[in-house]
Amino acid sequence: MTAHVDLNMARTLAKSSAVSVELLPLVARFSLRAGTSEQAALSKALGLALPTKIGQCARKNKLEVLCLGPDEWSILAPEDQAVKITDACEAIYAKAPHSLTEVSDREIAVQITGVKATDLMTIGCPRDLDLLPVGEARRTIFDGVSAVLWRDGADEYRLDLWRSFAPHVISLLETGCTELAAE
Amino acid sequence: MLLVHCPYCDETLPELEFTYGGEAHIARPENPADKTDDEWRDFLFIRTNVKGPHFERWRHAHGCGRFFNAVRDTVSDRFLTTYKADAPRPDLAVLLADASMKEPSK
Repeated sequence: MTAHVDLNMARTLAKSSAVSVELLPLVARFSLRAGTSEQAALSKALGLALPTKIGQCARKNKLEVLCLGPDEWSILAPEDQAVKITDACEAIYAKAPHSLTEVSDREIAVQITGVKATDLMTIGCPRDLDLLPVGEARRTIFDGVSAVLWRDGADEYRLDLWRSFAPHVISLLETGCTELAAE
Repeated sequence: MLLVHCPYCDETLPELEFTYGGEAHIARPENPADKTDDEWRDFLFIRTNVKGPHFERWRHAHGCGRFFNAVRDTVSDRFLTTYKADAPRPDLAVLLADASMKEPSK
């Protein structure tokens, strides 16, 4: 059974000698969909070039943009920058039509760090994580749940999870955290 | 587990990220109202049910979200190729020749 987890308060969820699992503070999240011809105008409005290769990230002034598909991006920003982003995109909407949807409440982020962080990821993710370069991210599946997996360092991962699936994944990570330390 | 190459992500990834989308290259009639009931039934439900290389659609559901086409042998589950949804249908004879060059035993 999955226990209730308070997802609004950033804190350490599980910690062992092998790995530590932290719930990160909430950030503003946007889903951006646009065609090839609108990308230049949107890059200018956001102040950073939209990455065009799936899985690549662009970062500038605490803004993180991840390319999820050929016409899809995920934008992460501090909560106080949300209005700035919506205003900038709205201003160019007439000449560069696109879809910008705020999805801040949809997802939460969990950070996994420690010497066995990669081992912990492999209990839920079927990918070969050696092929995921540091600084990039991929949308993938984690124990049956669609998730965005960021590789922030060799032993540092971040999982963006849909809020309703989060307790399920977090309980798996907590179990894995304990078991990896007991090995 | 099968490993599937996504032509949009350009990576070979575990089957768990993908969903199967039925037979490929089935064109919707330009004007469905002109079709008889039998023709419409055939369009909706009747498939070739190939034993051997099968042209089929897949979707990278837990990834880039794109539909793409693949040629998979329904007997051995071997993927001969995958290609983008708007790419032309590849020549099966060429694919089979390529496959037997790479792994003649199969």
